[in-house]
Amino acid sequence: MNPPSRSALRWARLLYGGLAALALSEIAVPRLFGTDHAHFWFEDLPGWGSLYGFVSCVAIIVVSKVLGKLWLTRPENYYER
Amino acid sequence: MNVEWVHPGLLLIIGAWLVPLLKGRARQVAMIALPAAALVDCILMQPGTHGVVPFLGQELVFGRVDRLSLLFSYVFSIIALLGMIYSLHVDDDAQHVAALTYAGAALGVTFAGDFLTLFLFWELMALSAALIVWLRRERAAVAAGFRYLLVHVFGGLCLLGGIVLYWSHTGTLAFGDLSRDAGSAAFALILIAFLLNAAVPPLGAWLPDAYPEATATGAVFLTAFTTKSAVYALIRGFAGTEILVWLGAAMAVYGVVYAVLENDARRLLAYHIISQVGYMVCGVGIGTELALNGASAHAFAHILYKALLFMGAGAVLQVTGLRKLSDMGGLYKTMPVTFALYMVGAFAISAVPLFSGFVSKSMVVSSAGESHRATIFLLLTLASAGTFLHTGLKLPYYMFFGKDRGLPAREPPSNMLVAMGLAAAACVLIGVFPALLYGYLPFPVDYAPYTARHVMATLGLLGFTALGFFALLAHLDPEPTVSLDTDWFYRKGAVVILNWSRGGLARAEDFVAQISDVVMRRLVLGAAANLRELDARVIDATAVGVGRVTQATSRGLSSAVSGHAQHYGLIMTAGVLAAIAIAIFAW
Repeated sequence: MNPPSRSALRWARLLYGGLAALALSEIAVPRLFGTDHAHFWFEDLPGWGSLYGFVSCVAIIVVSKVLGKLWLTRPENYYER
Repeated sequence: MNVEWVHPGLLLIIGAWLVPLLKGRARQVAMIALPAAALVDCILMQPGTHGVVPFLGQELVFGRVDRLSLLFSYVFSIIALLGMIYSLHVDDDAQHVAALTYAGAALGVTFAGDFLTLFLFWELMALSAALIVWLRRERAAVAAGFRYLLVHVFGGLCLLGGIVLYWSHTGTLAFGDLSRDAGSAAFALILIAFLLNAAVPPLGAWLPDAYPEATATGAVFLTAFTTKSAVYALIRGFAGTEILVWLGAAMAVYGVVYAVLENDARRLLAYHIISQVGYMVCGVGIGTELALNGASAHAFAHILYKALLFMGAGAVLQVTGLRKLSDMGGLYKTMPVTFALYMVGAFAISAVPLFSGFVSKSMVVSSAGESHRATIFLLLTLASAGTFLHTGLKLPYYMFFGKDRGLPAREPPSNMLVAMGLAAAACVLIGVFPALLYGYLPFPVDYAPYTARHVMATLGLLGFTALGFFALLAHLDPEPTVSLDTDWFYRKGAVVILNWSRGGLARAEDFVAQISDVVMRRLVLGAAANLRELDARVIDATAVGVGRVTQATSRGLSSAVSGHAQHYGLIMTAGVLAAIAIAIFAW
């Protein structure tokens, strides 16, 4: 793999900075301005959306890829043979 | 049908035949005027019952007009209009006729107040959709179209069977809430037919099989009508059916899992139709006013942004001829407008705040929360992350960025961009002013999507999905594979069964041959030989014996029979004398 370019590094820094700000504001904003109540206890965990988003994304990719490797994927001409 | 009510579906179905009669500019005007007229017709329509036709002692209702059917009729005519704009450049009358008929049939389903009318338009929808797939006129498309038609004929038969059973034990054909008949065979058959059209697994593999095989323009129509008219029918007949809650949530996740593995751009989007329809099916199952409003609103928003996404992928297909993500890359330089408009659709389906999906999908998710279904809530939220992962990140990354392959590309024809622009505008408009949509929902809306908690949790979810995507990017490169789905059973399974039956048939034939060998040669021929022996020895001998006895007897007789009249007279006299002697002396 090539070493990441300067612009890629800048984008990465921007992404991480943005995500950190996002997670912090997700914790802070509803506490400051929120009036609506949560349906479930887990929604009150600090940074619930961010946490669950990351876990979901990784889980979907890992589970799907494993399912694909073990079972679901076939060569493209599978149905023509 | 009375004069003051014109069926917008029939307007499209009959009007479609104008298109082949016209040429050039006039044809383009007709292509836009027809769906526009249908839209105006729907907007001017007054709630009530129209178009009642007596038939076999029953009433066929072609125009059941209420808030629910009006909402679906608006979006069906809007998307027919946008789809026709998108395909204005296509010089193939058959495609336009099929597309307009398909849209008209969907409107027919929407306004059908009884089961027979519903069935009529249901079948017309299946047929015209299969035509749209066929009209790419390539081997793969023709095969996929046949599979599509066969699956939908099966669904249609289930529907017809259910209707006949329902008619026979209720005595009515009126199409309404079926919950009173829950558990009956009619209930189950009609539900299966609706679930098949809504592409609910395991009955949904026809969708990702057929849609990506249609033309760039045909697929846009396909995304809109079949699944969403099925959602409409489910809302009508099966609101609050518990199994739909779980089927819907499973469906939302199922589509996402397959989208990870998919390499064909439009097939990836097709799996996300299944995922998104999952939210609607789940909403129908939850069945509260909020949930049904959510299912309806999400169907409305979904038709617009999904058409937009298919238009974007179709534009890339149109310009580059490519459909696989593994062949694409770097298109943002040559197709910036397409990219920007595609991203509006991607943000809308991902439920980014200020885009339409945010105000519609969250109604369903909230209704799961309000009915205290934590598992459903978590599954639907997980599927939201997956939706953004694929349509918002993976697909645009590999299509427009990724490895720059220096593909010769340009923006698509302007009519395509106009259609995409209008769809994108609708997505943003609904997202920014949700009241525009909420005002037309079947029940009064008491729901505020833009709360601090909801907006921040959604942004967090999407942001950290992006983090997961970039962290695992190396593992996400699309691979040139196909994924097994339940269509295996009729694509590969049929071949296996055929081979097996061929093998079985050969074995059976061999068996029969052996039996006939044993029976014919050994038994029958053996018996024949024995019989001949018997014939020769016993029967012939008997016959000869009988012949000889007869000959001897007749020789004896011939000596007795002299042929002289005086001998006969003597014998007769002797006989008469003997009779007189017996008569005298015996008494």
